[in-house]
Amino acid sequence: MSIVETTELTASAQEELPVLTMAGALNLALADAMDKDPSVLVFGEDVGTLGGVFRVTDGLTARFGEQRCFDTPLAESGIVGTAIGMAMNGMRPVVEMQFDAFAYPAFEQIVSHAAKMANRTRGTVRLPMVIRVPFGGGIGGVEHHCDSSEAYYAHTPGLTVVCPATPQDAYGLLRAAIDHPDPVIFLEPKKLYWGKAAVDTTVPAAIGHARVARSGTDVTLVAYGTSVGIALDAAAVAETEGRSVQVVDVRTLTPCDDATIFAAVRATGRAVVVAEAPGFASVASELSARIGEHCFSYLEAPVRRVTGFDVPFAPPKLEHHYLPDVDRVLDAIDSLHWAD
Amino acid sequence: MREDLLPSEPPVQLISADGSAKTDETYAAPVPERLVDAYRALVRGRRINEQCNALVRQGRLAVYPSSHGQEACQVAAALVLADGDWLFPTYRDSVAVISRGVSPAEALVLLKGDWHSGYDPVRYRVAPQATPLATQLLHAVGVAHAAILRGEDTVVLALCGDGATSEGDFHEALNFAAVFGLPVVFFVQNNEFAISVPLARQTAAPSLAHKAIGYGIPGRRVDGNDVAALLAVLGEAVDRARAGGGPTLVEAHTYRMQAHTNADDDTRYRGRSEVKAWEDRDPLTRVRTHLRGSGALDDELEAEFAAEAETTASLLRDAMNTESELDPEDLFRFVHAERTPQLRDQWRLLQDELARAGEESR
Repeated sequence: MSIVETTELTASAQEELPVLTMAGALNLALADAMDKDPSVLVFGEDVGTLGGVFRVTDGLTARFGEQRCFDTPLAESGIVGTAIGMAMNGMRPVVEMQFDAFAYPAFEQIVSHAAKMANRTRGTVRLPMVIRVPFGGGIGGVEHHCDSSEAYYAHTPGLTVVCPATPQDAYGLLRAAIDHPDPVIFLEPKKLYWGKAAVDTTVPAAIGHARVARSGTDVTLVAYGTSVGIALDAAAVAETEGRSVQVVDVRTLTPCDDATIFAAVRATGRAVVVAEAPGFASVASELSARIGEHCFSYLEAPVRRVTGFDVPFAPPKLEHHYLPDVDRVLDAIDSLHWAD
Repeated sequence: MREDLLPSEPPVQLISADGSAKTDETYAAPVPERLVDAYRALVRGRRINEQCNALVRQGRLAVYPSSHGQEACQVAAALVLADGDWLFPTYRDSVAVISRGVSPAEALVLLKGDWHSGYDPVRYRVAPQATPLATQLLHAVGVAHAAILRGEDTVVLALCGDGATSEGDFHEALNFAAVFGLPVVFFVQNNEFAISVPLARQTAAPSLAHKAIGYGIPGRRVDGNDVAALLAVLGEAVDRARAGGGPTLVEAHTYRMQAHTNADDDTRYRGRSEVKAWEDRDPLTRVRTHLRGSGALDDELEAEFAAEAETTASLLRDAMNTESELDPEDLFRFVHAERTPQLRDQWRLLQDELARAGEESR
């Protein structure tokens, strides 16, 4: 293929970017990574023939063979523990925890081993592995299928925790996570799996960078995952009420992009952090505390948090009371000591 | 019923407690030269255990979980492996780690308190010593799985104790290895105690090796104080794994002659007569008697081995008595491949504290 043809192809591709669901974007990211690097492996429960309960691994076994994408015995500690061994021996495993709360049996392997191996061995054994965790609520799921478990991972030194809010970031960040030299907890907001958007696979994404999802001058909403959409909806409503609302999509929970978040908050002087996990000792608490510590002299009002309640995740028919929504975010914005 | 998966009753023994040779229908005794090598490593291993206990008493090691009485298991685990194979040890397996080639000074870094592990696992093909129970067995399985995918003929030998067989990860590791037919030898040193809790509280199985049939893999029982039997049984399991025959569970019956660590008081949970009875089954005495009887070992060799062991002990003493130059920046150096902005800030904070402390002390 000549250079000219390549250029033409790229130009036409940009005009007709594929519109993908987040699940489809994740699937494409896995396929592209496996295609590029034979050491990338995918394994977990139902990820083979079935293609995953959310179809994120659909077609990978057929395309890459049972050695590259395979079902394991039903044992989460076993999946993560063997992934650690795989990564010790030259592979780049990407494993799936079927649901947030089903990842807990793997907790010891994640926090005591995946997170600590590089430090324990003074950097001689790094573990390039990705643990994909479908997480969060808003899908009418029953008990143990809707946890927002990010704080457990974000609290653990040695883990990198990523959470996309768009199909574009799902693709780019999963590719970046697979290329990352250290273990990445990749949180996939279940409620966003089927939302569609154009995805440009030629745009690289980097871990550790937040994104200003909407510009505004009066107040900054800081959110990640499903809450980014809530924040954007709230911003649209607030605009009709005369408030200019900025939205920051955190994207990487650890290491947190303090620079982007602080700059955004300092520019508006007010901040609300939105996340659906229970608020006590949460990622939202940490973001709020960091903003308070580092932006104090710019703030016109205390930083507010809109989070889930400190109760176990609600049953399907009550989850709309539990989850942060546009009204709750607007109420929080209204409480920020406005002069008007 | 796969009778071939069941372990023998009694455990395989090739040298009796009195040093006399025993014949076994399945396992041939190792050649004398190999037993002499093993004895040499045993003498060194016993000396390492003694030296480390002394170093704890002198305050040079934070703690030492001794493998005194289990040295035959320690030595055999290292001797049956080829250079490219992997060893996955626990905290009680320092002698196995050193027998595999790691320097005593590097092996004891964890217990000296300088760092969490002191050797390069890839260079020696020895994983960091695991402190949580049975978690390392899954890492061993993963390394073996990767080796198969890469077309390498690596065998992985993973150590654990009797207590660890109660952990969920023990089950998951054996099951994964069996389902995928991986080249792993699971080597359980059944030393009768998990700190204070006896084997009867860990299992109601006829033996730990009987658990193997539940996974569809061979289970083997071996006298854990008979280095000849250990070399034969572990060697067979390694050969089977390398030939594509999948994993084996080997249970060695041995005894922890000393307390769990120096911080433990074993008089609270076991009688002295029980411990005393095991002295007659000492793993060094047995093979020494055997080799002296056959003429493979003489005074000259014994003196040479003792001198070697003293050299190792001396190296250990020197290394542990030397205060290491520790760099506090190491706390931040390895956590991530690229230091995060937050860790850069936190290191600056500590640097500032150190600078001010330095000024005050001037």
